[in-house]
Amino acid sequence: MGGPAGKCYNISSHVLTPHSSPLRTAVFSAEFLSIVLLSLKVSATAVLLSSALGIPMGTWLGLARHPAASLVRWCTQVGMALPPVVVGLALYLLFSRSGPLGDWGWLFTPRAMIVAQTILALPFVVGITAGAIRSVPDQLPEQLRGLGASARQARRTVVFEARHGLGLAVAAAFGRSLSEVGAVLIVGGNIAGHTRVLTTAIVLETSQGRFEWALALGGVLLGLAGLANACIVLFQRGQHGGP
Amino acid sequence: MMFRGWTGAIVAVVLLASCRSDTSAHSTKTLTLATTTSTRDSGLLDLLVPLFEEKTGITVKVIAVGTGQALELGRRGDADVLLTHAKAAEEQFIAEGHGQRRIEVMFNDFVLLGAKSDPAEVKGITDIASAMQAIAQRKSTFVSRGDRSGTHMKERELWQAAGVEPDGDWYLETGSGMAATLRVAGEKGAYVLSDRSTFLAHRKQLDLEIVCEGDPRLRNIYAVMAVHPSRHPQVDIEAARQWIDFLLSDETQRRIARFGLKEYGQPLFFVESASADQSGT
Repeated sequence: MGGPAGKCYNISSHVLTPHSSPLRTAVFSAEFLSIVLLSLKVSATAVLLSSALGIPMGTWLGLARHPAASLVRWCTQVGMALPPVVVGLALYLLFSRSGPLGDWGWLFTPRAMIVAQTILALPFVVGITAGAIRSVPDQLPEQLRGLGASARQARRTVVFEARHGLGLAVAAAFGRSLSEVGAVLIVGGNIAGHTRVLTTAIVLETSQGRFEWALALGGVLLGLAGLANACIVLFQRGQHGGP
Repeated sequence: MMFRGWTGAIVAVVLLASCRSDTSAHSTKTLTLATTTSTRDSGLLDLLVPLFEEKTGITVKVIAVGTGQALELGRRGDADVLLTHAKAAEEQFIAEGHGQRRIEVMFNDFVLLGAKSDPAEVKGITDIASAMQAIAQRKSTFVSRGDRSGTHMKERELWQAAGVEPDGDWYLETGSGMAATLRVAGEKGAYVLSDRSTFLAHRKQLDLEIVCEGDPRLRNIYAVMAVHPSRHPQVDIEAARQWIDFLLSDETQRRIARFGLKEYGQPLFFVESASADQSGT
C-alpha cells in the first residue's frame, strides 16, 4: 500500500467520539478503507494471475487426450484440497531471510500474500475451466475442422462456448481468495497499514474485543463474498441453459 | 498455443504493476519490529510508532507476536529489531550471537487475575507461589497463553516456584495473544496471569479482577535488541539503532511514563531514568 497517508494506527482512541456512533467512525476511517482496498488488491491480483495461468492450463486439460493429462487432473484435485496454512508455512520458509528466496525480501509484504492466494486459487481455476471445456460437445471441434476451420480457430470457438464456465472459475477463485485467512496471516504477518486484510483484521479485532470493528469488517467481507457468489450463480445459470 | 500471447502479456503486466508499487514502497525506508502482543494490545505502539515515523521518515512494520516467536523472527533474520520481555530467553539470544545488546526500556508488573467469586480463595495471599498452589490444589480453571510468550515463560517460572506441574482439565492453553487469552479467561471465569498494561487496557470488557499482585517475582521488564548485522546482513542496523535511540530518548521515556495516566488513572509502564516524571501530567 501507499505512503504514510494511508495509515492510521490509533484505532481505539478515535472510535469513541461523542457525536458519531463507533461503527460510523470505524467505517469511514482511513485505516478501514486501507484494509478493504488491500483485500481487494491482493485478491484481484491473485485472481488475475491464477486466471492467466489457469485458464490456458484448464483449456489444455479439457481438450487433452494424452496420458499426462490424467496426472495433471490428479494434481488439480489434490490442489483443491491444499490446506491454506500449509501453503502459508511453505511460503514462509521459502521467503524468510534465512530461506532460499530470502534475498527477495518478500516475507511480510502483499506480494507474498498474492503468491499464496495465487497458488490456492490456481487449482480451482484449472479444474473448473477444464470441466467447462469438457462440457462442450466433443463433435464441435471436429465439425469445425470439417468446415475448414484451423485448429486454432476451432479451439477458440470451444473456449467461447465454455465462457460461462470460465466466468465461474474466476468468480470462484475470487471468493476463495477473499475469504482465506490462514495463509495470508502467516506470510503477511497482519501488519497494520501494510499487510492487514479483511480476514486477518477480523481475527485481530475480535481478540481485542473491538466488536463494532470486527462486525463492520465482517459486513464488508460478507458483501464482497456475496457479490462473488452472485456472479457464480449468474455464470452457472448461463452455463446450463441460458443463451 | 493461442493463449501463450495474452497469458504472457497479463502475467508481465501484473508483475510490472506490482514491481512498480513495490519500488515506490522501497523508496521509504522500512524497519521491521517484532514485539510482544502486550505493547500493541495496550496501545503503546499506536502512540510511539507514528511519532518515530514522523521524526525519521522510516516506516515501521510492527509484527506483534509472543516473545518466543519474536525471538525466532530475530534468529531467522526476519526482523530488524525486537522489543520483548523475557530476560533469560533474551540473554540466550544474545549469547547465541543473534542480537547485539539487550537494553532495558521500561517495566511494569504481572498480575494474577480471577473471577470476582474467587473460587480458589486466592485473594489475600501475597506470595505468588502460594497463590498458584491454591489454584492447582482446588483445580480451579486456569487459562494459560501456551505460546512461549514472555508472559507464558513467566507463568512457567511461577508454576515451578510453586512446585506444581500444571496438567489436567482445569489447565487450558489458548495459544493466542494476551488480549485474546484474557477474553477466554473472562468468559470462563478462570484465573489468568497477565501483564498489568494489557489488563488495564481491556478491563472494562472483562469480568476479571486482580487477586494477587506485588510479589517481586512478578516484575516484568521490556528490553530492546537490534538483530546482529554480522549474523544477518539484510538487517537494517542503522534504522534499528535509530529506533533504539528513539525509545531511550528522554522525550520518549517521558511519554512512556505518562502513557495511560489520563485514561486509566495509573501509568501502564514505568521507566528507570530519573528525568522521566511519572507523577502526573
